[in-house]
Amino acid sequence: MVVYNIYIFDNHGTFLFYSEYKRVKKAEMSHSEEGKLMYGLLYSLKSMCQKLSSNDSSAFNCYRTNKYKLNYMETPSGLWFALNTDVNANGVKELLQSLYQQVYVEFVVKNPECERGKPIESALFKHEVDEFIRRSPQFR
Amino acid sequence: MSRQTNKLADSKKVNNELFTLTYGALVAQMLKDHENCEEVNKQLERMGYSIGQRLIEDFLARTNCARCADLRDTADKIQSAFKMYLTMSPSITNWSTSGDEFSLVFDSNPLTEFVELPDSYSTMLKYCSIIPGIIRGALEMVQMEVMCWFVQDTLRGDPSTELRIRMVKKMEDAIPVGEN
Repeated sequence: MVVYNIYIFDNHGTFLFYSEYKRVKKAEMSHSEEGKLMYGLLYSLKSMCQKLSSNDSSAFNCYRTNKYKLNYMETPSGLWFALNTDVNANGVKELLQSLYQQVYVEFVVKNPECERGKPIESALFKHEVDEFIRRSPQFR
Repeated sequence: MSRQTNKLADSKKVNNELFTLTYGALVAQMLKDHENCEEVNKQLERMGYSIGQRLIEDFLARTNCARCADLRDTADKIQSAFKMYLTMSPSITNWSTSGDEFSLVFDSNPLTEFVELPDSYSTMLKYCSIIPGIIRGALEMVQMEVMCWFVQDTLRGDPSTELRIRMVKKMEDAIPVGEN
């Protein structure tokens, strides 16, 4: 599995966190601009899935292009995780769930310095996320 | 923050008594600072609210549960949270006919062990105000606005401790304001 980059938002559209690993093509726009576009994309996809779904379980999980796959996970508390990987990556849902459990909760929620709804500045958190992604079984 | 050597999210077992006495010290200190029970109740509730906002993430990560389908579902989850964090199992009773209100009845409360309220405080001070705050803060994070208060309290001589929870409204995800 190749991991390209990761985005974390909250449900008010705040761009909480970004980290990249193997990103070849750089966007020609500012970091915050990209965050807004990404959030808008996720928001639209989610609401489209809700409207088009034939049953109640209208969760949007991922989309694929022929070059990459965007994996999405949302927590009930309104955190949005988006992780770009190669097309054939699998088991990413579990990976994101344990990232939330073992890294976000441990190093953001339990860190009184990190306020909710503000971008995460903690260097420790960034370090731990990077470690976690690199340690993940399929990472190469 | 100190680096944790143990990466696994383990639920550390804490001595109940230490927690009880720490909370007691907090309330005593606040009574010194404010002298006014109303203010202390308000501040405890506010502290609880902040705790609840963080605690919910820990709860969700550990239980891996989805958003609540309805208030009955919520009640069950709150009950399991009490088991997890305070090792007590309140019973869920007294549903209102419209199904938007219920009570949690505690037989024992770890917060109030070794506690007696002096007469001067027994009517005004809501000793456990932090709990309604925690519940309110936690539920707000999962898009539910509730009201939460104590109807009965053993500290005031009632036969049991009863916490009432009322659903106010469901909140919606906000669309961020765009910049044109």
